[in-house]
Amino acid sequence: MPAVPQPITTENRPRRPVNGRFSSYRQLLLARMKELYREPELIFWIFIFPVLLAGGLGVAFRAHAPSPTAVAIVSGPGAARARALIADDLNLQVSVLPAPVALNDFRFGRVALVVIPGPQGQYTFRLDPARSESQLARLQVNNALQQGAGRRDPISVGDQVASESGSRYIDFLIPGLLGMNLMNSGMWGVGFALVEMRQRKLLKRLVATPMPRSQFLAALATSRLVLMLVEMVLLLGIGVLGFRMQILGSLLTIVVVGAVGAVSFAGLGLLAACRAQKIESVSGLINAVMMPMWVFSGVFFSYQRFPSMLQPLIRGLPLTALNDALRAVILEGASLRSQALRLLILAVWGCGSALLALRWFRWA
Amino acid sequence: MDVMPAAIRCSNLRKTYDGQVEAVRGLDLEVAVGECFGLLGPNGAGKTTSIEILEGLLEATSGEVEILGRTWKHHRRELQQMLGVSLQETRLSEKLTVRETVALFASFYRRPQPVDTVLETLSLTEKRDAWVGKLSGGQRQRLAVACALVADPQLLFLDEPTTGLDPQSRRQLWEVVRELQHQGRTILLTTHYMDEAERLCDRLAIMDHGRVMISGTPAELIAQVGGHHVLEFSVAPGSASENGGREPVSDAMLRRLPGVQGLHRDDSRVALHVAEPHATIPALLEILQRHGQELAHLSTRQASLEDVFVKLTGRHLRED
Ligand SMILES: Nc1ncnc2c1ncn2[C@@H]1O[C@H](COP(=O)(O)OP(=O)(O)O)[C@@H](O)[C@H]1O
Ligand SMILES: [Mg+2]
Repeated sequence: MPAVPQPITTENRPRRPVNGRFSSYRQLLLARMKELYREPELIFWIFIFPVLLAGGLGVAFRAHAPSPTAVAIVSGPGAARARALIADDLNLQVSVLPAPVALNDFRFGRVALVVIPGPQGQYTFRLDPARSESQLARLQVNNALQQGAGRRDPISVGDQVASESGSRYIDFLIPGLLGMNLMNSGMWGVGFALVEMRQRKLLKRLVATPMPRSQFLAALATSRLVLMLVEMVLLLGIGVLGFRMQILGSLLTIVVVGAVGAVSFAGLGLLAACRAQKIESVSGLINAVMMPMWVFSGVFFSYQRFPSMLQPLIRGLPLTALNDALRAVILEGASLRSQALRLLILAVWGCGSALLALRWFRWA
Repeated sequence: MDVMPAAIRCSNLRKTYDGQVEAVRGLDLEVAVGECFGLLGPNGAGKTTSIEILEGLLEATSGEVEILGRTWKHHRRELQQMLGVSLQETRLSEKLTVRETVALFASFYRRPQPVDTVLETLSLTEKRDAWVGKLSGGQRQRLAVACALVADPQLLFLDEPTTGLDPQSRRQLWEVVRELQHQGRTILLTTHYMDEAERLCDRLAIMDHGRVMISGTPAELIAQVGGHHVLEFSVAPGSASENGGREPVSDAMLRRLPGVQGLHRDDSRVALHVAEPHATIPALLEILQRHGQELAHLSTRQASLEDVFVKLTGRHLRED
């Protein structure tokens, strides 16, 4: 008897193992991590680029032994005496030059100070008050001359030399780079990834299945947290191993701050992605959101330099809050509780944008 | 057997995009359980819009949809478990392997088919560890069907599963569709290849400008053109002017030839729909000779769905 195909109905289908409640979440996360791992460009931007940046800037701005300040003495009577008196100061590099040459060198910043001997044994200093090294040279030369001539200081003082890690530029830089990196990868990793999936019609394909959307978003958020840990280990690792940076805060506190930051920027990324159909438009949007924060949020230099009027606005930016909190816990060993306000700012940005995003999100 | 609800039933379905583009203008369909039903029509006919409404992905502007006796409004979760979908243009993640992709889709369903079984059915076992980005067009389409089939669906929607494929890949996909039919699954597929619709579909509907123009089994549709054979001929150019003043053969004269049931002109070529070629050909030759016209071409073939479409619209299905 020929086999007659039976229509498939709920009754006659073979029994099979049932998928668990969170099977979608697990497979989505697994797939996402594999995709990330297999994307060489992404590996570069998320991992290698920040490490190169930290390494490059750290080396460029590493603390030098201060180089001696150059000082010129105009040749003539009195020049030799002055030279003899100053020569002992190790921090000064003295040369005797004819007046036009000395003045020219001063004008072009090759010397910080010109000492002009007068006919009666007096000296005139030519200096630029706007140049701190010029002022400093004046103090040093004056001291050397006066002490050489027999001045006795009434109060005895001594120096205690200290060069502590924690106050160097690299110490300032590493937490800032970490914050910036969490912002970049959060916004791109969520915002760009989602729009790309929408453009490929993959989002539409996924919502045609019974896949729970909450598990899809949870898997995306989890992948962000995993990446955050890796980014953190890399950047703090290069700080500690490459620049002998000291981490004062507890690792758990640092991870919690990083996680709040990562999730907050994931929320912003979700908002950026909620309507855009093309990756070009979401790229523009993401850059427009991130650009002000690169400048204002104190990644490379302190935002204290901006006018005080702007300070409250700057402090309200999520990246400022994240950078400040990261610096406080990493460099000063601050407690989580002391960072409550900054964490709250991050949470408000993250939750607010995620809620708006979910309301407006275009799945199909 | 119990009375089973239709797999798909929709009535007076309309979809207007942005208040102006009328993509679907009153679609009525009824697809029985176990049937392979085809939506055939040229680009822009409204096939994708229609199928996406049936899949629950698009909201219809008006009209009723019932899938397996359920509605999207009240049984969304349940329906999603029972359907397998392949969209017209999904680009699956290139950096996942074939097996990983199907496993991902399997994880969404309560009781999926085993991934390896599905790969076997789609002849993708050899490619199971290849990245999606490295697949050929045909393999990608089969993977898209695999992602639909892993749901172990009672009803499959396949939107243009063979568009853009080479003939061999198309034939391979036809085999797959036949196998799915044999497994007893209901299939709704869209295509603009009439040979495909003719071969695969138990019944089909020809769509144009958002409407169904005609529906039935392929044989029924072909019977409607009148005559199961098509006699195509053309006369040598210039032969009409050297015919010694005799008038050229008109359409009316051709229609009066024995057995002719329809006529269609396409540039210089004339297609006659005839019941029996052997009755018509001698009469045709005789009348051409009488009017001094010389044959440049003469052929006969079985009537196809293309002829149905041409007869209904005056256009060819694919203008290329
Ligand atoms: N999202 C959309 N917005 C506006 N018009 C659309 C949209 N999608 C399709 N259309 C239009 O609707 C008509 C039917 O398209 P479609 O359903 O894709 O046809 P088919 O699948 O038969 O090629 C076309 O004129 C198309 O341009
Ligand atoms: Mg289409």
